[in-house]
Amino acid sequence: MACELLRRMVLIRQTEEAIAERYSRRLMRCPTHLCTGQEAVAAGVCLGLRPDDCVVSTHRAHGHYLAKGGDLDRLLAEIHGRATGCCGGKGGSMHLVDRAVGFMGSTAIVGGTIPVGVGLALATHLRHGDQVSVVFLGDAAVEEGVFAESVNVAVLKQLPVLFVCENNLYSVYSPLVVRQPPERSLVELVRAMGCAAEAGDGNDAPGVYAAVRRVLPGLRAGRGPAFFEFRTYRWREHCGPNYDNDIGYRSPAEFAAWKARDPVRRLAAELVAAGVLDSDRVEALQAEAHQRVDAALDRAEQAPFPPPAAAFSGIYAGGPA
Amino acid sequence: MSRTRTFAQAVNEGLREALRASPDVVCFGLGVDDPKGVFGTTLGLSAEFGPERVFDMPTSENAMTGVAIGAALAGLRPVMTHQRLDFFLLALDQLVNNAAKWHYMFGGQARVPIAIRLLLGRGWGQGPTHSQSLQSWFAHIPGLKVVMPTSAADAKGLLLSAIFDDDPVLVLEHRWLYNLTGEVPEGDVRVPLGRARVVREGSDLTLVALSYMTLEADRAAACLARQGVSVEVIDLRSIRPLDWDTVFASVRKTGRLLAADTSGPVCSVASEIVATVSCEQFAHLRCAPLRVTQPDCPTPTSPALTQGFYAGACELAVAAGRLLGRAVDTRELEPAPGTPHDVPGEWFKGPF
Repeated sequence: MACELLRRMVLIRQTEEAIAERYSRRLMRCPTHLCTGQEAVAAGVCLGLRPDDCVVSTHRAHGHYLAKGGDLDRLLAEIHGRATGCCGGKGGSMHLVDRAVGFMGSTAIVGGTIPVGVGLALATHLRHGDQVSVVFLGDAAVEEGVFAESVNVAVLKQLPVLFVCENNLYSVYSPLVVRQPPERSLVELVRAMGCAAEAGDGNDAPGVYAAVRRVLPGLRAGRGPAFFEFRTYRWREHCGPNYDNDIGYRSPAEFAAWKARDPVRRLAAELVAAGVLDSDRVEALQAEAHQRVDAALDRAEQAPFPPPAAAFSGIYAGGPA
Repeated sequence: MSRTRTFAQAVNEGLREALRASPDVVCFGLGVDDPKGVFGTTLGLSAEFGPERVFDMPTSENAMTGVAIGAALAGLRPVMTHQRLDFFLLALDQLVNNAAKWHYMFGGQARVPIAIRLLLGRGWGQGPTHSQSLQSWFAHIPGLKVVMPTSAADAKGLLLSAIFDDDPVLVLEHRWLYNLTGEVPEGDVRVPLGRARVVREGSDLTLVALSYMTLEADRAAACLARQGVSVEVIDLRSIRPLDWDTVFASVRKTGRLLAADTSGPVCSVASEIVATVSCEQFAHLRCAPLRVTQPDCPTPTSPALTQGFYAGACELAVAAGRLLGRAVDTRELEPAPGTPHDVPGEWFKGPF
């Protein structure tokens, strides 16, 4: 299990960093919000899920998509605007889908997918199923009214929703302190709404995995929703390929402290220390992922574009308008 | 087999038929299972189909629209009801950014088969925030469909089509139509989206109307017929998709266009009718088209202020006269003295 956690995190890290490196080729012509540094939450949550559990996510969804088993080629082709992308070029980095693995959609409006995840759980509940619906959200999304509304609905109807808040301390350039009262516990706020809630170290992948595995049986048994706040940190800028620790909204020292808690390096070191893997194997894992991502990016750069007329197709599912 | 039903009863039948036709249909909204049953339209449904199929909701219009979308992605067919269109505005993010676009932005891989019933208020001091008619807002958005039934049969038939359509469909029901009676077929009889209905054939001018204004249009046309003016009245029924073929064919026949609307003029459906006909059928027009819409003003509340506020049959008849360059006698269209203007009929006792 821990090896698979590492493998998924390494795939996400290699993908995000390769996108950052190649972005200046100007072939990925859409806003991209990279999750470098936040891999442990994506991998830790998704590894414990079943293929028929579903996930919805945000503008920063590459990690969630890949961790849930989403197709790498279709992700990269989509970011390159190609016909073979997961959305045929209609969505770009901010709108991803892979229904075959239960990744039901990620969108670009803060808080927009939260109630959609609750609705997926409502369908499960009405059909007496035991699938779980996972809603990834950021720290700013809890400030949206729709968050409170959605938690209320999930609690009221005892729906199998797992809300996973990746608190990376910033909303674009705005720190937490200008958006939420300092010293107010998000976990206590959510508990007061009637939802079980816990906080955890978002850079401890096995810890995230274990925490989620503990709550899944209760969710499947219909005992109501659960909420996790996982603190983590994005390495690169809010949107785009660069580092921006020099423009003044966060400090190089803060970044360095979080970089030292690199979740990928940490898990690799733990596995090596525990004798589960040796360092050669870790390097081989990294190299394999690097090659795999490189080859996939090369393919994405060569993939065909959709024809211009495709812009006007697929507006309606059922009949003309 | 057809029987006489009111518009409200026909909506109730439509919901019942839909719930019977497929276990995937669920209905929710504020008060759908309460004793008043949304002016009778949802009465008895919760009792017949149970609380898992017909249920009340928290006062969270935006989240519940998102919940409907999520449930639809999982294969259910949710039908939401809002007692006023005005209440639904909180949900525009979910409607416009998610429901309308999900099928498109995910490359056609998912569908959002939701139907949303919105009531249009009028009269009895509904005032500025209980009587807006914003069909043009919704019709503007690619990915949405919008219908406005006028007759009882269409109230049922269009609702059924909306529920079983695979796209998000908004069904705008005018409160003043709720007691209108008509012949309503038994069973699951659906009226297709995108087809207008010629309510009255005529040759002198084309009067395109929607919803409650279709009634006013037909009253005006009857009065004008007695003065030798032959008006063709079209009930649009479907705003998006809109039946341009029927509108164009009529204008080619009459050469004169009058568009009536329940909303204010700016960027209205009436404006869209006038613009599109002018651009595409200009050669057939004998004179400039006209619009008759409600005022470009929030609706006031006091009956002293709403007296004479709304445009109706009188204004339509006068506009028709202008198009034909002749005087018309509208005296028979004026209400009898002492008739309250702020209720649709004796049957309406208030308060909501």
